Amino acid sequence: MKRTSLIAATVLVALIGASCSSEPEGPSEITLMTHESFAVSDGILEQFTQETGIAVTVLRSADAGTMVSQAILTKDHPVADVMYGIDNTFLSRGLDNALFLPHTATDIGSVPDGLRVNGDPVTPIDFGDVCLNTDPTRLAAAGIEAPATLADLADPAYAGTLVVEDPSTSSPGLAFLLASIATFGETGDYPWQSFWADLAANDLRIVSGWDQAYYGEFSGGSGEGQRPVVVSYATSPAAEVFFGDLDAPPTDIVDDGCFRQVEYAGVLAGTQAEKAAGQLVDYLLSRTFQEDIPLNMFVFPANDTASLPDLFIDYVPTPTAPVVMDPATIGANRERWLAEWASVVR
Amino acid sequence: MRSRRSLLLIAAIPVAYLTYFYAYPLATILITGLFPDGKLAASSFVDIVTNPVVRSVAWFTLWQAVVSTLLTVLLGIPGAYVFAKYRFPGRSLLRSLTLVPFVLPTLVVGVAFLAVFGPGSPLGFDLRGTVWAILIAHVFYNLSIIIRGVGVFWEQIDPRLEDAARTLGASRIRVFREVTLPLLRPAILSSAALVFLFTFTSFGVILVLGDLQHTTLEVEIWRQATAFLRLDLASALAILQLIGVTAILVMYGRAQKRVSGGLPLRPPGEVARRPASVGEWAVVGATLTMLLLIVITPLAVLIGRSLSTAEGVGLSHYANLIHPTGAFTLFISPIEAIRNSLGFALPAVLISGIIGLLSATIVVSGRGRGGSTFDTMLMLPLGTSAVTIGFGFLVALDQPFDLRSSLLLIPIAHSLVAIPFVVRSTVPVMDAVQNRLREAALVLGASPHRAWREVDLPLVARALAVGSLFAFAISIGEFGATSFIVRPSTTTIPIAIFRLLGRPGTFGEAMAMAVILMAITAVAALGIEAIRGSRTGGV
Amino acid sequence: MLEVSDLTVRYGAEIALDGANLVVADRSIHALMGPSGSGKSTMLRAIAGLEHPDGGDVRWNKTSITDVPTHRRGFGLMFQDYALFPHRTVAGNVAFGLRMQRLDADTVRARVTSVLDLVGLPGYETRSVGTLSGGERQRVALARTLAPRPRLVLLDEPLGALDRSLREHLLIEMHSIFAKVEATVLYVTHDRDEAFTIADQIAIIRDGRIVADDTPEGLWHNPPDVWTANFIGLENLCTLAGLARLGLQPPMTGATAGAVPPEAITLATDGTRSGIVVGSHFRGGAYRVELDVGTDAFLVAWSPIGLEPGAQQRFEIAAGSVRWFAD
Repeated sequence: MKRTSLIAATVLVALIGASCSSEPEGPSEITLMTHESFAVSDGILEQFTQETGIAVTVLRSADAGTMVSQAILTKDHPVADVMYGIDNTFLSRGLDNALFLPHTATDIGSVPDGLRVNGDPVTPIDFGDVCLNTDPTRLAAAGIEAPATLADLADPAYAGTLVVEDPSTSSPGLAFLLASIATFGETGDYPWQSFWADLAANDLRIVSGWDQAYYGEFSGGSGEGQRPVVVSYATSPAAEVFFGDLDAPPTDIVDDGCFRQVEYAGVLAGTQAEKAAGQLVDYLLSRTFQEDIPLNMFVFPANDTASLPDLFIDYVPTPTAPVVMDPATIGANRERWLAEWASVVR
Repeated sequence: MRSRRSLLLIAAIPVAYLTYFYAYPLATILITGLFPDGKLAASSFVDIVTNPVVRSVAWFTLWQAVVSTLLTVLLGIPGAYVFAKYRFPGRSLLRSLTLVPFVLPTLVVGVAFLAVFGPGSPLGFDLRGTVWAILIAHVFYNLSIIIRGVGVFWEQIDPRLEDAARTLGASRIRVFREVTLPLLRPAILSSAALVFLFTFTSFGVILVLGDLQHTTLEVEIWRQATAFLRLDLASALAILQLIGVTAILVMYGRAQKRVSGGLPLRPPGEVARRPASVGEWAVVGATLTMLLLIVITPLAVLIGRSLSTAEGVGLSHYANLIHPTGAFTLFISPIEAIRNSLGFALPAVLISGIIGLLSATIVVSGRGRGGSTFDTMLMLPLGTSAVTIGFGFLVALDQPFDLRSSLLLIPIAHSLVAIPFVVRSTVPVMDAVQNRLREAALVLGASPHRAWREVDLPLVARALAVGSLFAFAISIGEFGATSFIVRPSTTTIPIAIFRLLGRPGTFGEAMAMAVILMAITAVAALGIEAIRGSRTGGV
Repeated sequence: MLEVSDLTVRYGAEIALDGANLVVADRSIHALMGPSGSGKSTMLRAIAGLEHPDGGDVRWNKTSITDVPTHRRGFGLMFQDYALFPHRTVAGNVAFGLRMQRLDADTVRARVTSVLDLVGLPGYETRSVGTLSGGERQRVALARTLAPRPRLVLLDEPLGALDRSLREHLLIEMHSIFAKVEATVLYVTHDRDEAFTIADQIAIIRDGRIVADDTPEGLWHNPPDVWTANFIGLENLCTLAGLARLGLQPPMTGATAGAVPPEAITLATDGTRSGIVVGSHFRGGAYRVELDVGTDAFLVAWSPIGLEPGAQQRFEIAAGSVRWFAD
C-alpha cells in the first residue's frame, strides 16, 4: 500500500509542478481573456508578437456573461491583462465594477462616434446586428408575406412562425428583447410587454440558445425546423452563402427591430503589464486584426478604414436604423426587464 | 485487517485532494457570494425561500430527478441482465454503444431528439416542450450507468444461489425478487445514486429541452451567476442544492445496507451463455429492441445527419473537416481536437483511478469507522453545481500556486465528477471480496500490500476498468463544467462541435465531429471489453 | 419413485450425459458415484430441472416431468458449497422454500424451529449465515433443503468441503435424519467411503453413462468390470500374467484380470506361495502388509503382527476367493 501512495503523491506533485512551470510570467507575455466564440486566422496573434516581442496567451471562458462574472470575481488578482468580447449589454456591469483601466487606442479616430464609450474605458473592436431572419420559401408556401415590422409578428397571420432565444440564457435573445423594448417603449398604449403577450398568444417558441433556434427550429438555410422566422444575425444569410458554397443567400433579414451589438476590449485593472496590454488593445483595433475579423466571427470591424471582404459587401444587408441602446440604460434595467419578460411569456 | 495507522495514511491523499480541489474552492465562493461586503447577505436566503419561482424550480428539480432515476433503473436493469447473463452476436459492440450517449454534448443530443421525438417524429408524437423529452433524454444519457454499474456485479453473482431458490420452489420472477434483487441491491443503489445526482444537477439537457417552466436549480444558479451577476442569490441557491443533495445522500447511506458475509463471486465468463430457450431469446430480443429505440436510434440520426449533404448521401462534411478548403480553413482539424481531448482525458483517468481506488479502499476498510460517511461525501462533488465549482476555482486557487488558468485544472475538474464513478463501481466488488481470500494470501506469505495487489486488485480490476471507462467518457465528453473554467485556448472535440454549431451553414460538419466523438468513445469501450474478455479466465 | 431413462445433455459439442438410466426407489438412499467430469452434477441438475435434457426422459411415479419447471418439481437440491443466501439469516434461508409454498407465518416458524432442531442447530434462527462455521453452514443447507419436505432430496457432494472427522460424524447424522424423515435421496459423491456408508444402492457413472447400479455389497463383491472394480477401490487387482505367476488360473475363457481379496490371504510359514515384504504399516488392529510377489506384482494382505521389510514371507490364498473379470 505504501508504495502505491507514494506513486500517487509523486504523480500529483509532478502534475502540479508541471503546471507551475507553464504559468506565463514576465512582461514579454500577456494574457487575453475572451469568450468562447473568439476566432482568428493562424498567424494573426503571432504577427503581434513579431512586431512587439510580446507573446499572447488566449484564455477562453464560456459566454460573455460568464466571462464578465469571472473577471469581477478575480478583480484584485486578475487571470488576464486584456479582456476582449464584453458587449454593450454587459458593459455597464464591467464599468460599475471598475474592471478596466482607461486606454485610448492609436486608431480610435477611425471608429465611428456612435460606437465609442465616453472616456475610453474600453475600446470598440467589432459590431454586428441581431435581426430577424426569414425563410422566403416557407413563407411563400404558406402564402404569407415576410413580416415588415416587429409589430407584424403579433398578427395572428404569423401564428406559429417565430422562434426566439431566451434573453436570460442567450445573447441574441437579450438583444431582440432590448430591440422590442426600444421599439415599443415602456409606456403608452402598446408597451413592449403587450407585444410579448401577443407573441406568446401567437404560439411563440422560446429556446435557450441560438443554435437550437437556428438549426433546430428555423426552416430556412441550414435549419432543420419548421418555423420560418428566427432571431439571428444580419450576417447569417451571408454565412449560409460562405459555408454552404451557395450562389445566393437562402434567407432574408427583416429590416426592423434590429439591435446593434458592440464588442469591446479593455485593459484589466490589476494587470502587471499595463503598457503591453495597451499595445494589444491597439493591435486589436489595427487594420491587420480588424480585416481578419469578418470572416472569422461574422461581425463588422469597428475600424472603418478596414476593408471588408467581398462576401460582406455583396451579401450582408445593413439595417437602416438598428436600435442602439446606452449600456448604462441596459445595466440599470436589465434584471427588471428579464423578470418582467419571464412573467409575461411564462 | 489493515492497521489504523496505514489506513490513515491512505486516507490522507484523497482527503487532501478533495479538500483542496473541492471543499476549499466551494467554501470560498459561497463565502464570497454570501458575504458581499463582509456582512452576511441574509436577505438572499429570504429572497429564495419566499420566491414562488424558486420553490417551483426546486420542486421540479427534485421530482424530475426522482422520476428520471426510477425510469433509468427500470429500463437499465433488463439491459444489465441481458449483457451480464447472455452471449449473443454483437454483444460487445452493443454494450460499447450504450456508453456513447454519455459523452455526447447536449446540443447534439438536442438535434437527435428533435428528429426522433420532435415534429417530424417517425413515432408520431411530438414531445418538444414536455417533461417527457427531458425524462427520456436523461434515460438516454444515464442508461449505461445502470447497465454497467449493475451488470459488472450481476455477471459475477454465483448462479447457484438462483438455482437453489428455484429448487426450493421459487418461480423465475420470485427468484428475481427474493434473491437476485436483494443481492444486486448495493450495486443498484450505487448506480441509481449516480444517476440521481446527474439528473438532479442536470444542466445541458434542461437548456436544450427544457423551458421556463421546466428548469433546474443548476440552470437557475448559472442564470443568477452569469446573466444577473447575483452571486448572493446564486450562492444561496447552490446551498439549497447542496442541502437537497446531502439529504438524498444521507437517505442513500441508510438504505445502503451491506450484504452480510462475503458474496461468492464467480468469474464472469463462467456465467454468460447463449440464450437457450424461446423465452430467453424473447427476453433478450425485447431488451435489445428497447435499447435500439432509446439509444441507437438517436445515434443513427446523428450519423445520418453527418452524411446528408446538398448532393445526397456523402462524406463531404468529413472531408471539409479533415482537408479544409475554402471557407473551412477556419476550423480546427479533428486530429488536433482528438489529441487535445485525449490530452485531458488520460490525466483525468489517471487521477480519478488513483484517488478513486484509494478512496474505495478507505470506504471498505473503514466500515464502521466513518468509511461509509466518507463514501457518501465522495459523491457530493457530483451533486454540486458546476458553475459554482468553476467560479470557486477562480477565487480560491490563486495561492500558493496560481492554478486558475492552468491546463491541469481541466482534468482535475473532470476527476471530481469521475472519482465517484470509480468508487461506486469498485466498492460493491471490494465489499464482496471475502476476507478469507485475502487471509489465504497472507498465509501464503504475501505482505499485506502484496496481498492487496495479488488478491484484491485482480478481483477489483474489472470494476476499476468500468470506472475508468466512465472517467474517460466523462472527460472526453465534458463541456458544461469546463466551460466555467477559464482555460488556455485548447480546442477539444466538444468545443469544436460547439463552435461549429455556433454559426449558420456548418451544421453537417458539427454532426461529423459528433460522429467522430461517438466513434472514439465506442472504440475506447470496445477496448475495455477486449481487456475484460481476455481477463475472464484469470479472476 | 424416480426414473431416468436415456437422459442426454450436451454443452455444445461436448456430451455431458450420454443416455443415462437410473431408478431411485422410494425411501431409499441412492448414491451416484463417478470421477470428476463424469456427468454426475449434470445428472443432478437435469433431474432438478436446472438443465433441460437434449434427449431422454425424467419421470416421477411414472409421470414424465421433463417439461415441468424446476420450482414445480418439489425436489430439493443441496449444493456442494451450499449456496446459502448471504442476504438472509439462518431462519430466512430455511424458511425460503416454505414461503414459496405460501404457508402461513406461524407454520413456517414452527417448521423452521423443528428442522433446525432436526439438524442440531436449535436457536440458530437469527444468526447471519456469514458468521457460521463450515459444519454449521452444511447443516443450515441441509435444513433449508429438507424444510419444504421435498419428494426427492438431491445432494451434490454435500460433505466435500468439510474435514474428515466432521465428515464422518455428519454422514452418520445425515443417515439418521434421512431415515427419520423417510426421505428419498440421490446422493452424489466421488468418495467411496461416503457412498458405502450411507447408500442403500450405489450407481456408478462414467463418461455420461451409468455403468453399474447395485447394493454396496453386490457392487463390492461383483463389480461388473475392471474399471468399476478399480474405481470403487478393489485391492490386489492383477493381470492374468501376474495371477498365473501365483499359480492362479481363470475358471472361464475370456477373463482379462482378477482380484485377490486381502482377507483371502493368510500369512503362514508353511504357505505354498512367497513374496518379499516391501511395506508394513499399522492401521489400528492390524498391519497392512505389501508383498512383492514377482516382477511388478504386489499383493496387499493383513497381518496381526508387524513384519520386517526385506524379509521373505510365505502365504496362502483361499481357494475360489479370486474374483475374475472379463471385459
